[in-house]
Amino acid sequence: MTQAAGPRRTPLTDLHRELGARLMPFAGYEMPIQYASILEEHRTVRSAVGLFDLSHMGEIEIDGPEAVAFLRHAVASDPGALGVGQAQYSMLCQDDGGIIDDLIIYRLSDERFWVVCNASNREAVVAQLNELLVRGDFDVSLDDRSDRTALVAPQGPNAAALVAELTDVDLDVIGNYRSAHGAVAGIDCLVARTGYTGEDGFELFCDADRARELWEALTAAGQSHGLRPCGLGARDTLRLEAGMPLYGNELDRDTNPFEVNLGRVVKLEKGDFVGRAALEAIALAGPARKLIGLQMLEHAIPRAGYEVRADGAAVGEVTSGTLSPTLGEKIAMALVPAALSDIGNAFDVVVRERPYRAEQVKLPFYKRPRD
Amino acid sequence: MALPDDLRYSKEHEWVRVEGSRATIGITGFAADELGDIVFVELPEVGASLGQFATFGVVESVKAVSDLFSPISGEVVEVNETLRASPELLNSDPFGDGWIAKVELADASEVDALMDADAYTAETA
Repeated sequence: MTQAAGPRRTPLTDLHRELGARLMPFAGYEMPIQYASILEEHRTVRSAVGLFDLSHMGEIEIDGPEAVAFLRHAVASDPGALGVGQAQYSMLCQDDGGIIDDLIIYRLSDERFWVVCNASNREAVVAQLNELLVRGDFDVSLDDRSDRTALVAPQGPNAAALVAELTDVDLDVIGNYRSAHGAVAGIDCLVARTGYTGEDGFELFCDADRARELWEALTAAGQSHGLRPCGLGARDTLRLEAGMPLYGNELDRDTNPFEVNLGRVVKLEKGDFVGRAALEAIALAGPARKLIGLQMLEHAIPRAGYEVRADGAAVGEVTSGTLSPTLGEKIAMALVPAALSDIGNAFDVVVRERPYRAEQVKLPFYKRPRD
Repeated sequence: MALPDDLRYSKEHEWVRVEGSRATIGITGFAADELGDIVFVELPEVGASLGQFATFGVVESVKAVSDLFSPISGEVVEVNETLRASPELLNSDPFGDGWIAKVELADASEVDALMDADAYTAETA
């Protein structure tokens, strides 16, 4: 099928329209932002189970005898440390340590990995991986499966009970950041216990032409679990409460992993890799800036791009902000000079040309209750 | 949803109800639906002077920040303080409990430049 000019569509775009979703352009795709209410959808994920279409995301398969060596060279983390069925959060960095994209890497077999990237960065990630592959003459193949792959994600405390109804896969052995192949509602899936909401949940990867069937089976079985379809609006407030960075807001090519509190992703001890020298220098010297959590002490909502001040002087910028639906507080993440970062420190956020008081608080803003 | 036919409407999706020399203003149900869940309202101050079609406040939904444009000019004599704690009234009852401000009209003839319910319905169709 050829792609007409205009936004790309996922295999579920028509279905979203049938459900009355509000569709908006996102990362070149026409995506559901909300179905009825972002607040309702947000609360559904915190209390029951929400269903997301994330088919816009990129899935790149790396396969071959040198898959481990290649990925260890390309990304900042160490995919070689993964056992089959394990996954890790990772980053693709430039030579100067700037972040090209943040990724989740799944090890599917000894020689086969999936690299899942942001839709907005898919071309850049594929280009970078291809270039490194050719330059290093690695014995691996790269297959961008994004257009053939759908991603449907049930997220929330009831997600496991819901998926368990539809699969014979033993979900107890798929712990956090683990995955297994199996049938869900009779559809072949990669069942991964990953997500971007701060709740327990799954990401189910399947062939694009089975996506509707999978969505409808989850929706039907989900009725007794309090399921609602959820859009990217709720996904954004959920991830922000959970202190998770969003590429384009907290992360970009001018930001390195240490600045956004993700130095633990960078495995300097694994040997040489792209960006190593720069990242090692940053690790030694300490990052110049730091991503912090802010809670407003006055009645104004911080938003991305708003100026952050300390003692009256501009020192940084809000990267993401909202009224937290779960906490009822006005919260933000902001990049400020590292020397100014300490829990309890006072800042001002400039909203419509007026400074409003804010206090630095610990990230994440929200942690799910665990038993 | 049928629109109240005793109101006049602006292209910026505000409504006005004129009673004598005073007018009550708010945003339309169409605007509230477009914005989604409204979580914050910045009200004008009592005594503030509003210009027709000029900004007089801000509403914020979960995702977006939007200016409010006054459908008429005049002086603010009362604001709906309830909205500070319950901005969701703009979604649940935009033409009633979700009113925003009451204004002493500067020029009653300005209302003639606004749409009636039928014209506004056509505008938002």
